[in-house]
Parts: sequence; structure tokens; C-alpha cells
Amino acid sequence: MTEVSPVHTQADNPASPVKAKAIISFEGVTKRFGKTIAVDNVTLQVQEGEFFALLGPSGCGKTTLLRMLAGFEAPSEGRILIDGKDIAALPPNKRPVNMVFQSYAVFPHMKVSDNVAYGLKMDGVAGDEIKTRVEEALDLVKLDGYGARMPDQLSGGQRQRVALARALVKRPRVLLLDEPLSALDAKLRDQMRSELTSLQEKVGITFMMVTHDQDEALAIATRCAVMNRGVLTQVATPADLYEFPNSRFVADFVGSVNMFEGVLEKDEQNEAQVRCPELSAPVYLDHGVTGARGATVWVALRPEKIEMHKRTGEAPKMEDAPPGMNVVGGVIRDIVYLGSETNFEIELEGGRRVKTFRSNLTRYDQEDFTWDEPVWLAWHACSPAVLLS
Amino acid sequence: MQQSWSQAKAAFAAVAVPPVLWLLLFFLIPLGVIWAYTFGENVGPVTIDFTGTFANYARALEPLYLGIFWKSLVVAGLTTLLCLIVGFPVALAIAFATPRTKAWLLLLIMLPFWTNLLIRTFALIAVLREQGYVNFALEWLWNNASGFMALVGLQPLGAYEPLTLLYNNTAVVIGLVYVHLPFMVLPLYAALDRMDRSLMEASLDLGAGHLRTIWAVVVPLAAPGIASGVLITFIPALGAYLTPDLLGGTDSQMIANVIERQFKRANDWPFGAALSFLLMYLTFIAIAAQAFVQRKAERRG
Repeated sequence: MTEVSPVHTQADNPASPVKAKAIISFEGVTKRFGKTIAVDNVTLQVQEGEFFALLGPSGCGKTTLLRMLAGFEAPSEGRILIDGKDIAALPPNKRPVNMVFQSYAVFPHMKVSDNVAYGLKMDGVAGDEIKTRVEEALDLVKLDGYGARMPDQLSGGQRQRVALARALVKRPRVLLLDEPLSALDAKLRDQMRSELTSLQEKVGITFMMVTHDQDEALAIATRCAVMNRGVLTQVATPADLYEFPNSRFVADFVGSVNMFEGVLEKDEQNEAQVRCPELSAPVYLDHGVTGARGATVWVALRPEKIEMHKRTGEAPKMEDAPPGMNVVGGVIRDIVYLGSETNFEIELEGGRRVKTFRSNLTRYDQEDFTWDEPVWLAWHACSPAVLLS
Repeated sequence: MQQSWSQAKAAFAAVAVPPVLWLLLFFLIPLGVIWAYTFGENVGPVTIDFTGTFANYARALEPLYLGIFWKSLVVAGLTTLLCLIVGFPVALAIAFATPRTKAWLLLLIMLPFWTNLLIRTFALIAVLREQGYVNFALEWLWNNASGFMALVGLQPLGAYEPLTLLYNNTAVVIGLVYVHLPFMVLPLYAALDRMDRSLMEASLDLGAGHLRTIWAVVVPLAAPGIASGVLITFIPALGAYLTPDLLGGTDSQMIANVIERQFKRANDWPFGAALSFLLMYLTFIAIAAQAFVQRKAERRG
């Protein structure tokens, strides 16, 4: 709803696959459990071939939305269509979607190959074909040769592969993944991330994933929907979500951010200005904001978009902002060295603390700044996102 | 706080000794005495000689008594099977009920335990006898059907002949199923309740219907629960005394009734003891079979 910049819109982002046809559409879907509204009037379309992520904190309704698609919950209101057909009347076992459960739900009393063959048997596929397809599926998830094992002889990561093979072997229209990486340890998670991406490219099936982990969503998905308290807050590509959040919730939930409340003092076609009580200088923007003058707005500034300079003499001048704007003074209060980068916490003159990151470009970078050192913080006119809600 | 009893032997002994003594004095020693009786002979109205004879066992294995053992096994087996068939859907329904309903349903299952078995059995007699509620209900239906047939011009039915529901083997099985159903439902419920729901959802998701899911996923995974339910239904049903005594007819004797007669009316304690121990050996076999199923299931994870 809130378009931050008329220049950078989602539509002209080349990564945005909006030209394909909708495979899933939610039309005004609401789900109530007693008095609580889990999903609130969600309208959303997922395109053929996308790797779509539903992102949000726990309890935001993302899993409920996925379970409604799988058929484990029925919407209280609205329609869900797959390939243009309303699937309300179809029970879970008749829907052209398959799910990889968070706990994997691999049947513990069946061999790996029987687990993978289960869905094909239910469909009445012939024995010979089952055998070849099970082998293909195990091959696909790199579990060839594991068919005769029992699930308790497998690691967590291998069990997840069984769950993937078991769902993919049925060649669903959409593969649903419920928090696919949450139960894996950090190393395995990184590996699975890229494997999921390449798997999706290989099989060409639309994937829809639920996750509370924004890193995961940004890394894997081609498009994300952010949900909060049952409401769809923003649907965008990962880059748009991060750089052009449409609300304080999205800006804060996706990535790290410094948020300042302020008043919109100037809003024109090509420039705008916000005065924030916590910042000693006005925030200057090189684009309009489409808000009412005098309205309360929020300036969201990502830590990596803040430059830090030593405070020797005059304040640095940002060439894309009028003098005295987009530059504030402060003192370094905290330094966290993380190897590839260093995180700083700077106390501004008013007492507000601001986060910024610095890549350690040389092996001596971390020695540049020290505790209690006065610094200038500066940012470009195109860096802050101005949020109206 | 001591974490291991081995470091607090006095405290452990204080807790453990009374129950161990109790079991020893009032269970193991009397059991040993009865076991010794199985090798004894009646030499007077109250005197038993421990002669080391196997005659009691030999007599207990005569066709007459083997027949009663066999019959007890069949009745107990049938009771267990019926309890399983009735109890499984009940346990499934409780496991899937909302938490509030679940608490009420479990209470209803356990409610019969609050009443003495004797009273429950007499109540069952009031339900099943010829002048009982089942027959009253059937008679009402019969008379109405008869009246309806007369109304539409058909030959009315004859007078209602009450069904004989009591004092036969059917009555014994009905009574045993009624008494033992909670023993079956509770372990089944426990097994079904802790089962990972996503396994059933995965089965549905992969294209199986509800019945296929129950058969291919729920039943195999609930096997340990089913085995315990079967065991704790089968064992007391095998040794049932009161139910066949009150609800059964002359041919509905189960082994416990025969044992009772040996100890009381026949005053043949050695023979009664031998029958009792044969029953116990059967029970041990049943427990071993259950342990085998359990172990097999555990090895699977």
C-alpha cells in the first residue's frame, strides 16, 4: 500500500516473476479458531515455478495458511484455488499438493523405500513403475542406496530428504514445506538451503515454504509474503522486502534496522525531508513520500547503509544532500567484532543508540575505531526508507 | 539433595523396607505355601501332607479340566477381542477430542470404577433379565410393530417372547466386556494420544483415506499400546470369577469358579492350588508374549 519510492517499484524489478500464471490463489481467506482470528482476509497469488516463502513470527497464521492449502484446516471464509479450481470440496488426500512436515513425519515402522512408495501405492501406481520412481526420487535427494534402511538408522538431515523424496515422488503441482530447516543444525541448514534451491530448479515444481527465519526466506525464496497477526503485510521479492519495506513491522522483522519517529516537513516530487527528535540533523530524501505534510512518519535506516567517519574537524558533507543534513555526531559505546565485519553501537547526542556494521576490508580495519571515540554518522539521501505505518 | 539412592542407603532403606516386607509376608510367602500345596495330598479334613506328588497336576491336566481351561481361554480371548473392537474407536475418539471434552470422556470411562463390581453386575442382571430393560424395550418395539402391521391390514405379530439374555455364555461375555472395557480403552488412549499427529496428516497428504491411514499408520504405531491393552484385559478376564458366577449358567463355568469350588465345597486345597498355578503359568506366557511385542516395537524406535 505504501509505495516508498516512485522510482524503485516492485513491478520493474527484473527478479519479480509476475508474468507467469497463478497456480495458487487465496481469495479473501479468513480462518477463525473460536474467537481468535488466525488468518485475516488474506488475498494472495503464487505463480507457477516460484519458490514462495510465507514469513512471519510464530503465531502469525502462516502455518495455518499452509495447512488450509494442504486441506488440514478449512477456511472460515474465502476461497482457495489451485489452477483456477476451488479446492474447498477436496479432502487432503485428493489435493494436488504434498507437504514436507516440520517434524518430517517419516513413518518410523516403514523402510525408507516403503515410505517413499507409500503415496504411489495409494494412487494405485503399478509395482514396476513404483520401483523406478522411488529409485529416481531417492537419487534426486541423494539418498540412493538408503532404500532398505529404517528411519531410526538415519540422521535428521537424511530423514528430511526422505520426507522430500516421499512428497516429490508424487509429482505434486505444489510442494509445501513447513519450517523445513528449523530442526537442522547451522552447518546442515546452510547446505540444505542451497540444495533446496537447486532441487526446485531441477524438478520445476512450485515450492511454498513457511518460515519464521528471515535469513532463510531471503536466501531461498524468489518471493516472500510477510504475515503479522493473521494479516498479509507485504508481498515482494526478498530484495524489495529488505530495501523497500512497507511498514515498521516488515522493516523491523526482516533484517536489522534503526528506526526513528519523525514529522514529515517537506514532501515534493523529487525530495522530502523528515525531522526526527532523536537525530540532531534533518533526514533528507531524494524522492517524494506521498504522505501528508506534518504527518508522523518513521525513518528506517539499515545499519550497513550508515557510514562512519572519524570525528576530526568539520562534519563530512554528503554530496547528495543539502549541507548539514543526513550527518549526525555520536560516540562509540559498544564494539562487537565478528570476523568478517564489526558491529558498532553509537550513542547519538540525544542519547539514542544506533547500530552500524563495517566490513573488515583489510586485516587491520578493526583497529581503526575504539571505544568512546567520537564519530560522524552519515547516509545517502536514497538510503532511508520512510514508513507511514 | 542426594541424587542416587546408593549414596543415601538409610533413606532408601526406610522407604523400601516396609513395602518389601509387606510383599514378602503377605504375598510371596503365602504364594510359596500354595505352590507347596500343589505337591501335597489331603490326609484329613484340614491336614495336608507335602508328599512331592505330581498327582494334582496330572489331575488338572485331565480332559475335563483342560476343557474348562480351554473354555476360559476362549471366553477371555473373545472378551479381549470385543473390547479391542469396541475400545479402539472409543480411544481414538477420546484422543482426538478437544482438551475439555477429553477430560469428560476420560471421566466417563473411569466412572464404573467408582462402583463396586458386585453392584455393577447386579445392575447388569436388572438390564438383561427376562423382566429387564432390554426386553422391555424390545417388547415395546415389537408391540408397536405389531400394531402398525394391523393398521396397514397385515397379520399382526404374535405375543412377544422375551429373549433369554442371562445365565448363559453370551451373558458372561457381555458382562466381561462391560467390566473390562476401561482396561482396554485407557492404554489404547495413552498410545494414540502421544502419537505424532503429523504422521497421520502425512498419510492423508500422500493420498491415503482415513481408513487406510488407521490401518497402515495408526494401528502399527499403536501396537505397543494395543499389546498392553490386550494383556491387561485378557489376564483379569481369564481369571474372572464373579461375572461367570452371577451371569453364567450351568455350562458357563470358568476356571476361577472351578478353583473356588476346590478350595471351598470340595475342600481339596492341593488340587485347587495346582489349578491356580496352571492359570498363573498361562498368565506368565501372556506377559512374555506382550513383552516380546513391546521389545520389537521399541527396537524400531
